[in-house]
Amino acid sequence: METTSGAEPVTSQIESLSGSHLAECYQCGKCTAGCPVAARMDIPPTRLIRLLQLGDSESALRSNSIWQCVSCQTCTTRCPKSVDCAGVLDALRQIAFERGSLPPAEQRTVLFQKAFLDNIRRHGRLNEIELIAAFKGAVFFRDRNLGFLFRDGGLAPQLARRHKLHLVGEQAKDRGVVARIFARATDGGAR
Amino acid sequence: MNLGYYPGCALHGSSNDYEQSLRACLGALGVTLAEIDDWICCGATSAHSLNHKLAIALPARNLALAGRQGLGEMFAPCPMCSMQLLRASQAMAADHRLREEMSAIVEAEVPSGPRVLNLIQVFQRVGLDTLKAAVKAPLKDLKPACYYGCLLVRPPVVVDFDDAEQPQSMEAIATALGAKPVEWGSKTECCGAGMTMAKAETVLELSGRILASAVARGANCLVVACPMCHVNLDMKQAEAARRLNTKFDLPVYYLSDLVGMALGLSAGELGVDRHFVVAGGAN
Repeated sequence: METTSGAEPVTSQIESLSGSHLAECYQCGKCTAGCPVAARMDIPPTRLIRLLQLGDSESALRSNSIWQCVSCQTCTTRCPKSVDCAGVLDALRQIAFERGSLPPAEQRTVLFQKAFLDNIRRHGRLNEIELIAAFKGAVFFRDRNLGFLFRDGGLAPQLARRHKLHLVGEQAKDRGVVARIFARATDGGAR
Repeated sequence: MNLGYYPGCALHGSSNDYEQSLRACLGALGVTLAEIDDWICCGATSAHSLNHKLAIALPARNLALAGRQGLGEMFAPCPMCSMQLLRASQAMAADHRLREEMSAIVEAEVPSGPRVLNLIQVFQRVGLDTLKAAVKAPLKDLKPACYYGCLLVRPPVVVDFDDAEQPQSMEAIATALGAKPVEWGSKTECCGAGMTMAKAETVLELSGRILASAVARGANCLVVACPMCHVNLDMKQAEAARRLNTKFDLPVYYLSDLVGMALGLSAGELGVDRHFVVAGGAN
């Protein structure tokens, strides 16, 4: 995607990743009005886009908003200027993650996404029990919260009774190719 | 009808009741499924949140595998998977260099097909008249709130299915089965999706709103076509209710459960007896 703003490298990267032209946004506020988690955000979607237009990507990257987003695609769907707002938040998450500049309160979400990707990189398909163990372990290692560690523990026997718990997860046969796909997608730099 | 089939991780994991349901139901309708050999995870929210290139590459690998098997159509019952497959497919259709790059990354030529179908589209392909004629046990006591959630209909530029704000395709199927779907306002609100573990509070708040809205409109069950929606609305229902100091007892059916029940299949055959909330109370 060709970008024209050229204001700062991060803005261009966001435009390239999201395939959106940020200057198109005329601040109507529909994205924020329809956002199911706007009330949980320190900077609502409309203002995130405005910050990017003004060249202040740093404030956008530091916001908790990008980690509150549930990727429901309502903002993108309703934008009258076809800005892929959900895609812009994806781009912000990716850049914040690559820089390691994450608000402490939002680490948990990132640990989950990391544990998920690590899981499929190794198995090709998701191993749920291992994901839960890896995620809870990582969170406990970080904030030593026993309540969170054992939260939902009671669900395990209930899931087992319903034959929904698989002690041995499925794996792809060709896991080598999965590892190589991950390596190439990670090393190649952002498009 | 024979369809390429991409189950995705959820249906081979804790949402195996969904796979049981759709296999039983589609089997009774004469639809056979050819599972894509050695399919891999689509990457889901984690990939599109953290690594744009990976979010295209993982679905691209599956599109390439489907192409290798000569499958022109690919049924993906999880809307997360189908949206990611469609997004990757479209990105490569618009940029031939990206297709070449992805073919190299996934070590297989990524074809310009195959067509990706969701569960509702499979039933539409079977045909409402055929469904109606196959009904053995009309669902006359069922007043479902048909819940589409996010990714079946959003973003329309990617999924191009039904109406993004006021979809009606599930209602049309439910009506053909003899049910009386309610009119309600939360059919495309988000349930919290994949945040079930990382942000449980968000899921409980959003799912609680959807459940309360269905009850307020007189629904006696919910119908979904997404494994994540089912987890959040069924497994998390009691917790969402406690948060609101209420009780819901609202069974949550997959659309294939509804069709299967109308075809005369039992709860055991469909896996409905493995849900957390069953008709008549919590399971």
